[in-house]
Amino acid sequence: MRFWRNVAAITWKDALAEMRTKEIASAVLVFTLLVIIIFNFAFGVNQEVVRLVASGMLWVTFAFAGVLALNRAFIVEKEEGCLEGLMVAPISREAIYVGKMLGSLFFILVIEAIALPVFAFFFNLNVFSLQLVVITILTTIGFVAVGTLFSALAVNTKAREMVLPILFLPIVIPIIISAVKASELALSGESWSSLTSWLQIIVAFDVIFLVVSFLVFAFVIEE
Amino acid sequence: MAKAGSVSQDYAIEIRELTKSFGHNRILRGINLEIKQGESIVIFGPNGAGKTTLIKVLATIITLSSGKVVIDGLDIKDRAEEVRRRIGVVTHQTFLYQNLTAYENLEFYSRIYDVPELKKRINEVMEMVGMISRLHQRVGTLSRGMQQRVTIARSLLHNPAIMLLDEPETGLDQQATSMLWDAMQTDGQKKRTLIFTTHNLERGFEVGERLLILDKGRIVYEGSRQVLDLSALEKAYKSNTMVSA
Amino acid sequence: MKRNILLGVGFVLMLASLYLVFVYVSTERQMGIVQRIFYLMVPVAWLALLSFFIVFIGSIFYLVKRENKWDILAHSSAEVGVVFTTLALITGSIWAKPIWGVWWDWGTPRLTSTLILWFIYLTYFMVRSFAKEESQGARFAAVVGIVGFVDTPIIILATTLWRGMHPGPLIFQGGLAPDMLLTLLVSIAAFTVLYSILLIQRISMKSIEVEITRFKESGN
Repeated sequence: MRFWRNVAAITWKDALAEMRTKEIASAVLVFTLLVIIIFNFAFGVNQEVVRLVASGMLWVTFAFAGVLALNRAFIVEKEEGCLEGLMVAPISREAIYVGKMLGSLFFILVIEAIALPVFAFFFNLNVFSLQLVVITILTTIGFVAVGTLFSALAVNTKAREMVLPILFLPIVIPIIISAVKASELALSGESWSSLTSWLQIIVAFDVIFLVVSFLVFAFVIEE
Repeated sequence: MAKAGSVSQDYAIEIRELTKSFGHNRILRGINLEIKQGESIVIFGPNGAGKTTLIKVLATIITLSSGKVVIDGLDIKDRAEEVRRRIGVVTHQTFLYQNLTAYENLEFYSRIYDVPELKKRINEVMEMVGMISRLHQRVGTLSRGMQQRVTIARSLLHNPAIMLLDEPETGLDQQATSMLWDAMQTDGQKKRTLIFTTHNLERGFEVGERLLILDKGRIVYEGSRQVLDLSALEKAYKSNTMVSA
Repeated sequence: MKRNILLGVGFVLMLASLYLVFVYVSTERQMGIVQRIFYLMVPVAWLALLSFFIVFIGSIFYLVKRENKWDILAHSSAEVGVVFTTLALITGSIWAKPIWGVWWDWGTPRLTSTLILWFIYLTYFMVRSFAKEESQGARFAAVVGIVGFVDTPIIILATTLWRGMHPGPLIFQGGLAPDMLLTLLVSIAAFTVLYSILLIQRISMKSIEVEITRFKESGN
């Protein structure tokens, strides 16, 4: 019970700061829109081509946007030594992980909720399917599970922001592959049963990395 | 073993053969120290002597490599969370979130420390540090000295019996400094146990009852204020830190 | 002494496997002579996995016990592992060229997952150089070693499924002729011994390095 109260306090603190400044959300959102525009010129406006590359575009955008948002997550904790403030407080390291993870999950889902309709608008896609929403939420959980761990690791290194994408991207490749394939099927109106094997991989990734990151997190922040 | 544990109760902090290495780099090389309840200890030493590392080990931010530290009868290795409840920490970093107001910062920490009646307590501690008028101002807009006052308030929220201070005077003016020491030394009724580091020999001599000099990860000098005067301390500091340098 | 025995055994096994691969084993009917690279490719790929398993184990023990020897084990195994992974990628492309007509085929799950693995273990070394001090680097590398190994089965699963194939057993699907199986097994044994020799060599070199830095520092 205490564990979850602490988790809620951390998540709420992050949400409050973000609602006030909208630093992460606005920057990442603008980034996302720019990527969409660049993709448009890279692939042309041909409807046939768009249909082929749409789900790939979607997940490349979300993966990079995720890196951007996750990088910020621990930079604010490092600025005035706040992470140390949390570490001397009577709270388990795991609660810090879960609290930060839920905070990032919340921001990134909000950003995706805004970006998806924009995609739909510009590329004439039908994104308003339950399938796509489920895929997006499940994949984002996997992103933040690994990303929060690596974000805490990255801010403690000399190169800071540079480190996160290098660590994060190769690890999340399998879940990106699965998300791209599943979204492709969802966008072309396939049934749930054709998605199952992909969703299984995504869920397995989520579960495995939530557990592993939860267990390993303390070793990342504790010297 | 149970007996050894009960003996430690007499001390607020008991440090035995404490070492800490980062890889091959040995920062603390065997520290032994007992600190009584309510005692104030000041640690001097040149940069890189291991002062901050020692404070951080006691604050459970970094793990020790070998040896034993017992705080309030609790081994910090296996009962870290209970230890953290009993200690307050102030360093030259404020631990405050710049985008939140002073109140929101203190509210957040109160929740984590399970402070009862947190509204009342927050008002109390902000009153104590003379910052009540800035309660709802964003921390980022406050001056460095004001932020340091808020962070002192933060460290007092759970009214800890043991205070660990690493260069706590950073950014404080004269008036705030005396406020800091008043607030740190007692909780109104009882004397707190105080361990702090400083470069300022004069200040350390004023506040500390027992004076330690740390150099290259070892305690090289230990003296009591009762038998020392400031010039003797200065002499001891010079001779102990120059020789090894 | 033990090392010499290992060296001898390795030498004999290597010669035996060379003989088996180039003289004894019969040429595969469909793919012809290039198929013989199979007896090199499979052992190096197997060793890539084995060495990363050792990295995984070493990393867990390092994080829990904080003893340098575990980091030395993991780090050494990662170094040897990256060499074998690189070899697996090279032999894989050499095999791919005559069979599919291209050096690199993204549709080959084993090749693509090996490439992803290669990148993950590249970051294992990078994170050390990005760290502020050695012990921090060791800690962070251990985290990468654990996360990377746990990721491996998911990578293999996803790349296999991506190709539209169903993940099945790697080699022993029953279709292997007895002489081929024998050649493969001897070759795997030879390379495994080679791996242990390299690993022991790296570990003792690293341990000496540690000793030297310790002496240097106590001299200051």
